[in-house]
Amino acid sequence: MTAHTELKRTPLYEKHRSSKARMVEFGGWDMPVQYQGLIAEHLAVRQAVGVFDVSHMGQFIFTGPDALTFLQFATSNSLAKLPIGRAQYNMLPNSSGGLVDDIYIYHLESEKYLMVVNASNIDKDFTHLKNLLISKELPEPFKVALENKSDDYALLAVQGPHTRAVLDPFCSVDLNAVKKNDVLPATLFDLEVLLACTGYTGEDGFEIFCTPEQAPIIWDHLLEQNITPCGLGSRDTLRLEAGFPLYGHEFSETLNPLETHMAWAIKMHKSFFGKEALVSLEIKHKLIGLKLGGKGIPREGYEVYCGGKKVGYISSGTMSPSLKCGIAMAFVEKDVAILGSSLQIKIREQMFDARVVEPVFLEK
Amino acid sequence: MNIPTDLQYLSSHEWLRLEGDTATVGITDFAQDQLGDVVYVELPTVGQMVVAGNTVAVVESVKTASDIYSPVTGKVLEVNSSLTDNTEWVNESPFDKGWLFKVAVEDLSSELMDADEYQKVAEAEA
Repeated sequence: MTAHTELKRTPLYEKHRSSKARMVEFGGWDMPVQYQGLIAEHLAVRQAVGVFDVSHMGQFIFTGPDALTFLQFATSNSLAKLPIGRAQYNMLPNSSGGLVDDIYIYHLESEKYLMVVNASNIDKDFTHLKNLLISKELPEPFKVALENKSDDYALLAVQGPHTRAVLDPFCSVDLNAVKKNDVLPATLFDLEVLLACTGYTGEDGFEIFCTPEQAPIIWDHLLEQNITPCGLGSRDTLRLEAGFPLYGHEFSETLNPLETHMAWAIKMHKSFFGKEALVSLEIKHKLIGLKLGGKGIPREGYEVYCGGKKVGYISSGTMSPSLKCGIAMAFVEKDVAILGSSLQIKIREQMFDARVVEPVFLEK
Repeated sequence: MNIPTDLQYLSSHEWLRLEGDTATVGITDFAQDQLGDVVYVELPTVGQMVVAGNTVAVVESVKTASDIYSPVTGKVLEVNSSLTDNTEWVNESPFDKGWLFKVAVEDLSSELMDADEYQKVAEAEA
């Protein structure tokens, strides 16, 4: 690895080093890609429980009487019916029909929201949101304070079917009563944290928002309960199997989010920044899932063909540790995006047949 | 990191075992560790001519596809077809059960190095 610029470190950096994690650069951060092995970590999350350090992700806090109005303006999904204690997936559209980022928003208290953004987009998102706050498109200034709290939060994602059973004895709230996308303050291992029933693996689980000082203590407690430490490698294969897009792959400043299966998070009944540009774009492509029957592993950038004609490219691809076959998300011309049909993926000058499926590979 | 002293190495992390006129080729312990769980191996075909320095095989982990360069010029005598169903052998036994292919040696790469030299290369990358 060449370290031209100083990589940022999470509060768990020393824990990762001492447990011999393989570290890689990710979005400007020095992050663990795997501990004992990607497949073992992947299967631990699918079958039992694993923990990810996702402290590199960014946290913004919005407070004030206009917090909701401003977020309704800045994001594509509607927060109008999001009660306190609930969270939702959302997007930050730009002015040209692409996305600044895809995000998660947590309604913490009256007039207070938490936004979680991708690590590599923290500075860009914060600048974009601050510019929106003083935007001329607004009739009058919003009464909302926007703070970048990314350095004040560490974030651990405990994911897998055994999560509730393992954490429940150490938690002040009855975890079995917590529903998907709930967010609530709780005491975990005698520490005050914010607990959210969210994650990006397709499994049940909780995300623990805590302070940088608490993070190593909680990490040790989790590992004492035989929770498997997992790196970003398995996080990527898990999110891909579950059909979750990743910014920089399925979303960007130029890719049209209406071409993806996440278009449900773009609500046309409300007005929001960038809506006009999005609406005016012609939908030419569709994000599909591709599943290989035999050998061959699809990788990002590989070309997709239909009857010898290039029709698209792979945005994310891997060998699925759960399904034991190659899976991919691909942007293809919408005319060939026919579920059940066959397309070809060019892998090192050789064509491999793949079946067109919904870009969600796990049957839950 | 296991680096047997009776083998020769390329800086691209292939090893070569010379026995008479036959060379056996594989990837090193360091390489398999860097790659992670190997899930797919694409081997040359028996009878094919391979040229030192050219790409002759591909080893893929979940995360990435890695080109394998030939440390030897000559005709492929045998490939380790057992790997197709046992790709984990590349991880578990890179210098033995995880060998990739054997070549009737016509010429060796001029860039081969001994275990001591290779250790420095690997340590610099670790």
